[in-house]
Amino acid sequence: MTVSQLIWAIVKIAIMVGFVFNMAAVLTWFDRRGGAAIQDRVGPNRAVFKIFGKEFRLAGMLHPAADGLKFFTKEFFMPPRADKLLFRLAPILSMVPVLALVAVIPFGDTLCTSDLWHASKGGVLGYIFPAVPRYGVCAIAHVQGSTVFPVDLLVAPLDVGVLYVFAMAGQGIVGAAIAGWASDNKFSLMGALRAASQMVSYEVAMGISLIGAMMIYGTVRLDEMVRWQGEHTWGIFAQPLAFIVFYTAATAENKRIPFDLPEAESELVSGYFTEYSGMSFGMFYFAEYMEIITVAMLTTTIFLGGYNLPFLHRDGLTIAFGDNVLLHQSMPHIWVTIFQVHAFFAKVLGLCFLHAVIRWSLPRFRYDQLMKLGWRVLLPLSLANVVVTGVVYMAIAKGGASLWNGLDVVAQSTQALVAFVLTVATLRLVVGFLRKRTHERLIVGSAGKMAAAAGGTPVTPMQA
Amino acid sequence: MAQAFPKKPSQPTNAAIVVYTEDTFATRSYLPAIATGLATSMQHFFENAREMIRGQRPDPITEPFAEGITTVSYPEQKRHYPERFRGVHRLTQRDDGSPRCVACLCCSTACPAQCIFIEPGEYAEGDKRRGYERFPVRFVIDELRCIFCGFCVEACPCDAIRMDTGAHAAPYDSREQFIYDKDTLLSFANRAGEQLSENPRHEPGDASHPGLSRDNVH
Repeated sequence: MTVSQLIWAIVKIAIMVGFVFNMAAVLTWFDRRGGAAIQDRVGPNRAVFKIFGKEFRLAGMLHPAADGLKFFTKEFFMPPRADKLLFRLAPILSMVPVLALVAVIPFGDTLCTSDLWHASKGGVLGYIFPAVPRYGVCAIAHVQGSTVFPVDLLVAPLDVGVLYVFAMAGQGIVGAAIAGWASDNKFSLMGALRAASQMVSYEVAMGISLIGAMMIYGTVRLDEMVRWQGEHTWGIFAQPLAFIVFYTAATAENKRIPFDLPEAESELVSGYFTEYSGMSFGMFYFAEYMEIITVAMLTTTIFLGGYNLPFLHRDGLTIAFGDNVLLHQSMPHIWVTIFQVHAFFAKVLGLCFLHAVIRWSLPRFRYDQLMKLGWRVLLPLSLANVVVTGVVYMAIAKGGASLWNGLDVVAQSTQALVAFVLTVATLRLVVGFLRKRTHERLIVGSAGKMAAAAGGTPVTPMQA
Repeated sequence: MAQAFPKKPSQPTNAAIVVYTEDTFATRSYLPAIATGLATSMQHFFENAREMIRGQRPDPITEPFAEGITTVSYPEQKRHYPERFRGVHRLTQRDDGSPRCVACLCCSTACPAQCIFIEPGEYAEGDKRRGYERFPVRFVIDELRCIFCGFCVEACPCDAIRMDTGAHAAPYDSREQFIYDKDTLLSFANRAGEQLSENPRHEPGDASHPGLSRDNVH
């Protein structure tokens, strides 16, 4: 490993881990503030930060920081008859696999550093950021005796890919189960039992739902899956049923509403982490939000085209249907990469937003309904998906060139559809933002009359 | 003879018609319903987020039933109390700033919570009020004992005690702070900021003074 590779590895780890940690904190904020907006409430807005006498509330964004401070200063309480070792171990076991999981997720295409290096010797501005060909591998350059390798924008390019993801996701059970067992509390134990059985059940459907995707992509490597989706169509169009099954099962894996039976606070206090306090509770809480992000990353990678944007390829923008090239615009490699990395993280954040909306919309399942959904609906669906995918795949493989060309056009149409939907959604957001809702005035009682006479309810600055 | 059994079902006159959802595959899969629910949530989210960002939230008091967030952010926004709200007491003042109170003890007698303590004092010899009125040397109200019934205001013959400050009893750290003395009570004003009373005050010696005068004894 050369020095540059080591530095790149550190940078990539910093990007992924930094994103997961920071966005987990932002998600805790969004879960509260966004949930408040969904329910027509104000939400947290009391945490104040003062600089030179000016107050900053940042729409309640300081609450996660305040929570963190509180967690660190609170007592670490352990029940007297708790298992001393396992009780301390459980929060770590629930947090570490989640962090380890992000190692195999690609957040950008391979960066051809050698090409960048070569061109920069040219000195002309146009040559500083050259384009690279759409197909083929990056060259390995030898500059002044040292070798410049291309950089894969993922932490660990593992050949086992998805299997590693499942291995790590499966470890989440261990943390929850150990926490419930070690707490010496019946609520905790019940929560741990529920967590274990639920996660084992849904892991089956989750794994089998991906088999169809693996068949189509012809690989278990996540970066190659993304590359296939860039060349053809996004996984959500190739495997729509698998997407629904996978997303449902992944939500259940996260132990989030509507699948939050392990911590069902109306039944089990707070489930397997009832006895935890201070930062050990904070780690469970944080791990939950980190899991949301990793699951969103996984869903993005496998079903939403990873870092791909519609029609954006390694060599630039190419809008083509079949053999008809409507538009080809060559773009510098570095800019393509920057766009793609941002697209990946934007997709992840979009899925996190969807997750939060689901959390504030759907009611919790009953336990037997949960088990029924897992074993009697999702599992048969995913099995049927495997069978149907296999049959259709064989049929297409036997088809002629005309069928392949037709499928190519369909695949490119899905890219056009994605581009269209994204454009419409963006325009809708902008138009909606410029709109103004008319509020119905209704003066009730002397309080209302006094407020109306004063021209609205007066607002004084915050005192404390 | 009317048929006793089976009983003829009575026609409900005002029963609500229950519309059941049609049992189709789409309903069974829950997916359309989930999509509708998510759309509703997102609509609320985006509209409320826009109003938070652009500062267009409905006024919580004059637009209480508007769509959106109609929460009164309490310490910053305060709902006005009704006009006749019985708030913290105040002692009204005369034109010269002394209390209108004549220490007749009517209020402390009427008080069901016995939270008013008055120590009356005589005016000095030669004062024109001496013999007609007394004045409160100490006038203490324990706001913790007070039940805000307003009997003291009713009982006062001189319009000296009022509860028209429009303010509720403030929270304090210790019990001593809830015991308001004469100077504190005199310092309060009504909602318009006035420490006097609209009612005219008739000083002894004025032509309008209704009471006895030394020169005109019955």
